[in-house]
Amino acid sequence: MTPQQRLKDVAMSEGGFVFDTHTGLTFTVNTAGRFVLEALRQGLAEREILAMLMERFDVEQSIDLGRDCEEFLAMLRDLGILPRPEAR
Amino acid sequence: MRQLAVAVTGLNATDNPGPGVPVLRCLRAAPEFRGTLVGLAYDWLDPGLYCDELGLVGAFLIPYPSQGVNALRERLRYIRSKLALDVLIPTLDSELPAMISLEAELKEMGIGTYLPTQEQFEMRSKARLAELGQRAGLDVPETAVVSSVDELVRLHERIPYPVMIKGIFYGAHLATSLEQAIAAFHLAVARWGLPVIVQKHHVGEEYDVVAVGDGEGRTLGAVPMKKMFLTDQGKGWAGVTVKAPALFEVTRKFMEHTRWRGPCEIEILRTAAGRHLLLEVNPRFPAWVYLSVGAGQNLPWLVARLAMGERAQLLPDAKPGVMFVRISLDQIAQMDDFQQIAATGERTTPAVVRTTAVA
Repeated sequence: MTPQQRLKDVAMSEGGFVFDTHTGLTFTVNTAGRFVLEALRQGLAEREILAMLMERFDVEQSIDLGRDCEEFLAMLRDLGILPRPEAR
Repeated sequence: MRQLAVAVTGLNATDNPGPGVPVLRCLRAAPEFRGTLVGLAYDWLDPGLYCDELGLVGAFLIPYPSQGVNALRERLRYIRSKLALDVLIPTLDSELPAMISLEAELKEMGIGTYLPTQEQFEMRSKARLAELGQRAGLDVPETAVVSSVDELVRLHERIPYPVMIKGIFYGAHLATSLEQAIAAFHLAVARWGLPVIVQKHHVGEEYDVVAVGDGEGRTLGAVPMKKMFLTDQGKGWAGVTVKAPALFEVTRKFMEHTRWRGPCEIEILRTAAGRHLLLEVNPRFPAWVYLSVGAGQNLPWLVARLAMGERAQLLPDAKPGVMFVRISLDQIAQMDDFQQIAATGERTTPAVVRTTAVA
């Protein structure tokens, strides 16, 4: 199963409520989190997502933005939504 | 389909409820179901006996499994003489050996069942789970079967603490030391006898799958569920259906290897490392089986039809994201109903007895 196929099985509401149909886990994300999940579904790379975040949310490139984005992706890996590095 | 009369056991519904009431609710919920429902209980106060929603045409006490297969045979024969009975769905582990042994006789009496064989029943027993895992290629926690405290003393060299101490039929206690293990061992022996099962305790997310096998290795239907809320006894009080391929894979391997016939509940633990450990296989419907109706797979109704000899067909995939949240409610019961059950061990709707009884 490709990461994109896997992400298609993650249901997300308008309000940012996320239900992973594979694990049954639920959590909520803010607007930026939704934006990242949708970008991942489209198959965008982390660098592209960062650039889009800067444009969409009108923020400058900063260490914080990159770190926050990486933390979010790490959380998705921990939840099994994104493949773990060793499984790539 | 012609009118069916279906009897279901296990009408207890305490904080650790039996599957009987949910199975009856599933049958009642099947749009194609035309017929009557009969409740079989062990105790005067089994709550399912007083549940108006089920619309039971008959309710009967049946002898406890400890009273032996002859007592059960005679009781079922009597019930059959009182009203129509086409299908019997037993729902409790402890009554299954007797029910399985009576399968042919029940068939002669015109009562269909859809049960595993005695051999299949034994294959998934807690005492043989490790062997099943090895043969079927399933990941099972390190397990030992012990019959004395002496065996427990050195077991930690092979299975380090924490461990789960399990009774041969029901019950599980966490033990983090030898003292706790010994106390749990004695509890399990007092309740269920020997042997006792010791299983390595793993941490992870708990999943259950309710499934029906066709006896030839196929899984006819399967509804996987993640437990969202547990009682202090570890029973799922809320859950949600999922569609994890790994859970279906465990189910498929179990069905293929055992060629399981009938319903079962497969308990699986998913660890943080992504292992899917088979914890137990219960040889009957679970108490949360009504979720299968919500998920689009009415598995009790499937079993009722199979017990009538209908050809086995695969059900469409279960819908993920369907939740259940259990509730306890007080029912208002009629003293007349209680009196009939307590005094005679049965309660029937007179009109039904007149019109459907078969000599």
